This record gives sequence, structure tokens and C-alpha cells, in this order.
Amino acid sequence: MPLASYQTSVPVVVDDAKCIADKGCTVCVDVCPLDVLRISDMTNKAYMAYDECWYCMPCEADCPTGAVTVNIPYLLR
Amino acid sequence: MALDQIVDGLSEVSCDVLVIGGGTAGPMAALKAKLKNPKANVVLLEKANVKRSGAISMGMDGLNNAVIPGYATPEQYTKEITIANDGIVDQKAVYKYAQNCFGIIEELDSFGIRFLKNENGDYAVKKVHHIGTYVLPMPNGETVKKALYRQLRRARILISNRYMATRLLKSTDGRVAGAISVNTRTAEMLVIKAKAVILCMGAAGRLGLPTSGYMFGTYENAANSGDGYAMAYHAGAALANLECFQINPLIKDYNGPACAYVAGPFGAYTANNEGSRFIECDYWSGQMMLEFYNELLSGKGPVFLQLKHLHPDTISEIESTLHKVERPTRGLFQQGRGVDYRSESIEMHISEIGFCSGHSASGVFVDDNARTTVPGLYAAGDMASVPHNYMLGAFTNGSVAGIDAMEFADSHDFAEFDAAEVALERDRVMAPTKREDGIPPNQIEYKTRRLVNDYLQPPKVTRKYELGIRRLAEAREDMQERMIARNAHELLRALEVQSIMDCADMAAHASLYREESRWGLYHWRTDFPDKDNENWFCHTLLSKRDGKMTSEKRAVEPYVVPIADDEKDLYDKQRIRASA
Repeated sequence: MPLASYQTSVPVVVDDAKCIADKGCTVCVDVCPLDVLRISDMTNKAYMAYDECWYCMPCEADCPTGAVTVNIPYLLR
Repeated sequence: MALDQIVDGLSEVSCDVLVIGGGTAGPMAALKAKLKNPKANVVLLEKANVKRSGAISMGMDGLNNAVIPGYATPEQYTKEITIANDGIVDQKAVYKYAQNCFGIIEELDSFGIRFLKNENGDYAVKKVHHIGTYVLPMPNGETVKKALYRQLRRARILISNRYMATRLLKSTDGRVAGAISVNTRTAEMLVIKAKAVILCMGAAGRLGLPTSGYMFGTYENAANSGDGYAMAYHAGAALANLECFQINPLIKDYNGPACAYVAGPFGAYTANNEGSRFIECDYWSGQMMLEFYNELLSGKGPVFLQLKHLHPDTISEIESTLHKVERPTRGLFQQGRGVDYRSESIEMHISEIGFCSGHSASGVFVDDNARTTVPGLYAAGDMASVPHNYMLGAFTNGSVAGIDAMEFADSHDFAEFDAAEVALERDRVMAPTKREDGIPPNQIEYKTRRLVNDYLQPPKVTRKYELGIRRLAEAREDMQERMIARNAHELLRALEVQSIMDCADMAAHASLYREESRWGLYHWRTDFPDKDNENWFCHTLLSKRDGKMTSEKRAVEPYVVPIADDEKDLYDKQRIRASA
């Protein structure tokens, strides 16, 4: 069966101007309990790669530059 | 190499004690095992990252079951938990917890975790339970994980993050021999030989589907997909009273605690749409949940947590706790909906079903030494059968498990296992990565959990259960024959679905076995609406025998603390009666 990709608006937003993943930081990727954050090959910044969020906050709380914002996933907002 | 790309690999390591799960019970178990024998190797394996994993990833507001000298006695606590669980309790483990937990509180205090004290320097314990006083706030509760992590580093515990354990290894004579795990970012497999293994893998919190439809918007940490229950089951360990589901009151849609344990002692209460109280006590029990459920459906719903009658300063104090620890996004959620606690009550609902001894009474069967029925295998925390554990139970019983497991490891050598077991498990784990075409894990998970809601959620109807079991079997066939994983992250989800499916089957099997109603909403069977003490005043143990799921009765052990006849039904009187 062929697969289609599914559009979803993701709750975790990263401010590229503040994110220092390009300097080697991986804090948010490291701490996420659901392992949904990755560093982009294109921008070298962190982003939410999988929409599997428990809106729990370690990524935002532990980010050293305040680049990460956790929003409530749209479906339960 | 890019993250998530599948790497074909298998390696083997060994240790004396292997602790699986780095949330609450796990770190304490690892720490105590290491302190018991500093020369031994203790490995702490974690699916996520120990720094921020488990139910308390963002800390906790307080202890819900602290037995503090001067406020409560171990006898009182044991009595209350026995009554709250309709008498189906092996008191020895509860009593031992009640005796040990104050020592653990003092130890946590020495780690830098503070507990609320009054102006005289005494612990400021609050009353939430029906009978006794056991709730102790933690002013710096957001620092719990950090404090634990410091201790783990100091004790030189070997931490392996991002490894998901999939199956236990056993010797031919039935002893635990280690575990098989898979890296969640590379799919490389790791076999860990161990003399003793402690399972601290949390609740089965991704069993029912939240009404929002968002699969990860669960009450429990969504990483807690019931892997520990599935692993224990496949290793032949017994699981107790799984029909005693966990269902929680929560903030509707947000699906996190509201939280009456925090706000109640300040004067907040649960109310119906008329603003009236309808339950005597906000402490979670099956009986309380049944009244909550009845009120929601009665025409007097929705149900609210009411605090707008409180002084604005009090509300600010409650807010500063609710919006800082455990689930800090509660504030963001309420802000998004324009709800201010000063003028509006919090709309509540009840959660999807799960397994969790943290608030309920089901789990991998353990005795008062945290031993399962498999020699060398231990369990603690939300997945072990000691009822109403909460966070302090996870710490205290994790401590018991760590000490006993190290004693076991010190007196046993490694058990031999059959290498063919590893090859078989590797084939099972990697199967979804070998298919070119098929169904992705998220669809199989959604369908399985939707079936859980449709057919297994109480009230439990035999005919619905029979249909549910058939539908789940069809979904299982798809999972086994057609599920695909295109990268290591999808493989993690594919493995979690298999745990979820096993838990769904166990929930159905255990519920059909107990032919009575008990524990209020948790096991309300419409075909057997009454409590039947003559035939069912017993535990049920579910286990895998000759490859098949079986259930049996197990007698409740003689009480350590006797319960008088007129005390036995105190928790049955939850509904506030209309007064003249």
C-alpha cells in the first residue's frame, strides 16, 4: 500500500536566530522524553521532526539560549 | 551518519545488576544497589534520557502518601490503603513501605529536595485522603530529577540512555539472565547479561486514546507505553489484578492533573454544574471515580475544580505550584482558553484507561522485597503491584528492590541463556524494517487504542469485550505481518505498539476473568454488577503458560493490621448525601 505524508502543525517552535545547534549544542534533542527533536541537515538548527509531543517542557526549560517554545498541540488547545 | 538511520549491529555487555527505566524508582534502585556493593557494576538503562525521563520529568508538587511520625502511623496508612482497595491488598508490602518511607524522605532531603515545614519546623502535612493525613508539599519540587542525577553521577552508576529494552533473557532453570535492548536512534541491538534485573519502566499510560484524538496527549508520560508489563509477561512473571484499571480525574482536553491534591488543602473542591460538592473526598479511588463518572453523565456535569471562592493570594499560590512543576504547560493551556482561576472554574473530565499502581492497584506481582515470581527479577514503581505507590512509593520500593537485587547478585553467578533466544528476538525486533511496504506504526497504534476505548473502557460489558478481543486480534495480525518501520525512530514506535497491544490483550483477559464488580469504576462489570466476596475476595494473577495467557486466583495474605467490619466499607460512602 502506498504511503502519503500527513500535514500537522507541530507544537514545539525553535527560534533559529537564538538556537546554537550549529555550534554543537544538542541539549533539547538530548533531553526530550519522546525523542521528537532533531538538528536539521539544511539549517543546522533544532526542529521538531516528529509530532509526538507530551508538551512536558524539558526542551524549553533546559535550552541555554531560550530558543525553544513549547505550545499546546492544536488538537487539545 | 544521520540520526535515525538503521544500523545493523549486535553487541554484548555484562553487569551485576541491571536497572531498566531511569524515571523515579529506577534511579533510586540503581543508587541503593551500588551503595550496597560499591565494587559491583550497576547499569541504568533508559529509553529516553535519565536527566528528564519518566513521570516526574518536570518534578512533582509534593508527596501524596507520606507517613510522617506525629501525623500518621504505618498502621493507619496500611489500613486506609487496604480499605481504599476493597480489601484486596497484601498488607506486608504496604506496611513495609509505610515504615520505610520516612527514612526515604530524610534521604531525599539530604539530596537537596525540600519539604514544606510550618513555623515550628514540623512537616506541614495536609489532609486529602478519606481518613488519614499524608500529603506533604515540596517547595522546590521542580529540582527532583536534577538532585537524583547528581547522586547517580556521584555513585558512578553506568547510565545508558536511548536504549529500549525489548525482552528479558532467562536460563533453562528459569532464572533471569539479562535483557535484550535496541538503540532508539540507530536500531543497533545490545544484549546485557546481568545477575539480577530490576524493572522500573513506569505505567502503561498509552493504552486508551485521549478524547482529544492526539495520541501523545496522555495523562501519563507518553513514553510509558507499558513495555515493562509486556516484558514481564513474556518472561513468565505473574501480573496482579490488571482488571483494576487506572482512570484519573483531569483537566479536560489538557489531560493532566487539575490538581485537587494541591488545591484541596487550600479549600478548593470538586463541584458539579450547580456548583455543589458531590464527593466526600478528592483522594483517588475506584469508588470516587465511579461517582465522578456518574456525575458527568447525570445531567449535572460537567464537573469542575472550584477555586474562585478563594482569596486571590491563595489562588496565586496554587497557580505558582500548578504552573511550575509536574505539568507546567497547564498555565499555557488555561491562558490559551482565557480561563482565569479567579473568575472561572476548571473543567474536568476522566482519563482514558491505563495500568498504574501509582494510583491504582495493578501491576507486575511483587512481594515485600520487590521480587517478582521470576528468580532474580524485580519490579518497582508504577508498574509493580504495590497499590497507591505515587512518587514516594516508587522511591521507597525502588530502594528495597535495589538492596535485595544486589544481595541476590552477590550470591549468584551469571545464568546461562540460549543464544538462539537472542537471534529470535533480533528477528522479531527488526522485522518491521525488513518490509518494503505495509502499515506504519502510528496507524496500528491509533487503531489499537481506539479499540481499547470502544470495547474495554468501563462499564465493562462481556459482549463488547468478546468483540473487542476479536478486533484486537485482527490488529495484532496486521502488526505482526504488515507493520513497517523506515527508520530507527519509527522502529521505537513500532516496538512500543507491540507493548500496547500486549497490554490491551491483558486488560481484556484479566477483566473477563474476574466475574464480579469491584473497585468502583475500575472494574465495573454490568453482567456481574455486585461485589462477590464469597468467590472473588482474592487477587488474580495473569501469566503466560505454554505460550498462552492464563489467569488464576491468589488468596489475599492474612492482614498485618486488622480491619474492623464497620471500617471495611468507608470508601464506599463517597457520595455526599442530600441533607434535610
